[in-house]
Amino acid sequence: MSQTQSMGGQALLQVRNLRVEFPTRRGTLVALDDVSFDIHPGEVLGVVGESGAGKSMTGAAIIGLLEPPGRIAGGEIRLAGRRIDDLPYEELRRIRGRQIGAIFQDPLTTLNPLYTVGDQLVETITTHLPLNPAEARRRAVEWLEMVGIPAAAQRVDSYPHEFSGGMRQRVVIALALCAEPKLVVADEPTTALDVSIQAQVIALLKTLAREKGTAMMLVTHDMGVIAETADRVAVMYAGRVIEIGAVRDVVKHAAHPYSAGLMGSIPPISHRVERLEQIDGSMPRLSSIPPGCPYNPRCPRVFDRCRVERPELLPAKANRAACWLYAPGEEGRLHG
Amino acid sequence: MAEPMVLELRDAARHFDVSRPLLQRIVAREGRRTLRAVDGVSFSIPKGTTLSLVGESGCGKSTVARLVVGLYSPTRGEVIFDGMPLAEARADPTKRQRMQMIFQDPYASLNPRWRVRDIVAEPLRAFGLVQGREAQQKRVGELLAQVGLNPLDGEKFPHEFSGGQRQRISIARALSSNPEFLVCDEPTSALDVSVQAQILNLMLDLQKRLGLTYLFISHNLAVVRQVSDRVGVMYLGKLVELAPSETLFHTPRHPYTRALMEAIPDLEMTGRQRIPVGGEVPSPITPPPGCTFHPRCPLANDRCRVEVPAMLPARGTPETVVACHAVEEGRDGALSPPLG
Repeated sequence: MSQTQSMGGQALLQVRNLRVEFPTRRGTLVALDDVSFDIHPGEVLGVVGESGAGKSMTGAAIIGLLEPPGRIAGGEIRLAGRRIDDLPYEELRRIRGRQIGAIFQDPLTTLNPLYTVGDQLVETITTHLPLNPAEARRRAVEWLEMVGIPAAAQRVDSYPHEFSGGMRQRVVIALALCAEPKLVVADEPTTALDVSIQAQVIALLKTLAREKGTAMMLVTHDMGVIAETADRVAVMYAGRVIEIGAVRDVVKHAAHPYSAGLMGSIPPISHRVERLEQIDGSMPRLSSIPPGCPYNPRCPRVFDRCRVERPELLPAKANRAACWLYAPGEEGRLHG
Repeated sequence: MAEPMVLELRDAARHFDVSRPLLQRIVAREGRRTLRAVDGVSFSIPKGTTLSLVGESGCGKSTVARLVVGLYSPTRGEVIFDGMPLAEARADPTKRQRMQMIFQDPYASLNPRWRVRDIVAEPLRAFGLVQGREAQQKRVGELLAQVGLNPLDGEKFPHEFSGGQRQRISIARALSSNPEFLVCDEPTSALDVSVQAQILNLMLDLQKRLGLTYLFISHNLAVVRQVSDRVGVMYLGKLVELAPSETLFHTPRHPYTRALMEAIPDLEMTGRQRIPVGGEVPSPITPPPGCTFHPRCPLANDRCRVEVPAMLPARGTPETVVACHAVEEGRDGALSPPLG
C-alpha cells in the first residue's frame, strides 16, 4: 500500500523542510536540516540512522519535546492538515496527549513508580476521552489485555516495579495508545528488550497500528526491526534524510551509497560472509559537517559536484535519494 | 591428534549470595537465597579458534567471561588455562600476560585522564615487557598502527576519539602483552552498525595474523555467526546447546535455540509474520525445576518438568551437544527441519 498511498491521499503527518538548531557559545549547530516526509493513517514509517543522525531529534520535534536550547528554526509540521510546530505550550500539550502518543526506549523512566499502572492508564483515559472513572478503569483493563498482559484484571492494581522489562514496555504501549491517538512516535521501543521479548513487542505494535489505523513513526537503529515492521523507511545521516522509499526497496536495492553501505555492514543471520562491508571513518560531528553532500568524505562514489553542492532528494531506483549520482546528466556514473 | 586446548571449563559454576540481611531474614522467616549466575558450564576452546557464547540478558554469559579471566573465582568446578588451573596460571606473570580482555563499553574502559599512549603502554609496564621510555613509545606506535590508528594518536586523550576508535584503543591495549587468548565481552554492542563491521573485520584480521584464540560473548546471533567456529547457547546459567557454528545456524536443535533464531528480526523476510516465543526468562534465584526452559517450551512433557537434562550428542547432528529430553527421545521431529 505504501508507495501509492504516499504519493496521493491525505497524509496524517506532514513534515516539511524541518530545521532544528542548537545555539551554542561557539555558534549555531544545525541538528536537523531540511527534513521532509509524510505518514499516512495505518502506515508505519521507519526512521533509521546511526547515533547522532538526528532520528530521535525528529521524533522529539514532532511531539514538541525538543530539549532546550534546541528549537525549530524553519519548516513546518502538520497533523491532519493543522500546523502544530508553532502552537502555544498548553495547546500543544492537549494535542500531544490526545492525538500523538509517544513510546520511549526505557519503560522504567516512562512510568511513574508511585502510581499503579491502572491509575496511570485511568488518568490518561479520563483526561482525553469522555469517560467516567469506572468506565475508564474498564477500558484500562481492556488495554492491558490487548497488549497481552496476563491476568489484566489483577495486574491493573500493580505498580510498575512489579512488572518485568517486557511487561513494562507493554504497559507503556498501552499508555501511549489508550487515548486512541492518530499518530504514535515510538523511539527505540524495543532496544532495551531481549530478542525474544523484542519479537513479541514488535508483533504487538504492528497489529495495533493496522487494527486501529494509527500512523506510526518508528525510530530505531535496528534495520531488522524496520524490515519487519515498517511500510516505508527514511534513512538519516548528519541531520538529513538521505533516502526514503518502500522498505523492501530500501533494504534490498538501496540507492544512496550510504544506505547501501549501511545495509552491507549489517551481519546477516542467514549465512557467513567472507568479510563484512565496512564504511570507513565515522559520521561527522554537527560542528563539522562538510559542505556539499555530508557523506562525501566517506563516499566511495564521490565526485567533484558532491564536495560543493548539496543534493536534494531525487528519484533514484524505486526510492528517492539525496545523491548526485541520480541527477540528470550523471547517468553514466551509475554504471561506471 | 587433537589441537591443544587453550581454555577448558569443567562444570564451572558461580553462585552469588543475594540473601537479605540476617535480621530481615529472621523477621520474614526466610532462608538464604542464592543466585546461580553460572551453574555447571563445561566447554573447551582449541588454539586459534573462536568460541562464542550467546544468550539473553541474565543468562550468565558475562559471568562466564569473568570466571575465565579470573575476576570471579568459581564456586564449583574448574577453569583450566593452558593446561594449568586458572589460579596458578594467574599467579605466574608469564602465563597471565597471555590472556587479555576487551570490554563492552569503550567509554568506561579507558581512563579519561590518561593519554592513549599511557593507556596502551600500561600492560607493557605492568609486565615489564619493554624497558625504556623510547622503546615503549615505539611499541605503542606499532600497536596503534596494527589496529588502524595513527601512531601519533598516542598523544591524544580518549575523549578525542569516536566509539569505534576507542574500541580500537582497547584492542591495542589488550594486544600489547602479546596475548594468545582474548576474552571479548560484547565488544561491538555499544557501536553503530557500520563501525561494528570495522571492529569485527579488524578482530578477524588480527586472529588470522596473530593466531589468536577468542572467547566471544554476545547477544547478537548474526554477529556471532560471522566470527565463530563454535557457538554455545546459554539459558539461565547453563549451556543448553554447543555446536560448530555452521551446524548450529543450519540445524539448531534445542527448542530455545530455535526460538531465539526465530525471534531475530532480519532483513531477509520483509513483512513476514512470525511467531514470537511466549513468556520471559524466569528468575535465576528461583529457576524452574527440571529443564529450566520447560515453562516456555512447546515440547515440554512431564519428564522435562522434573528431570534436569544432560548435555548429550544430538541424534542426526552428532557434533552438536544439547541438553534436551525431547531431542534425546526424538520428539523434536515435528519442529525440526529435515536432516540431511
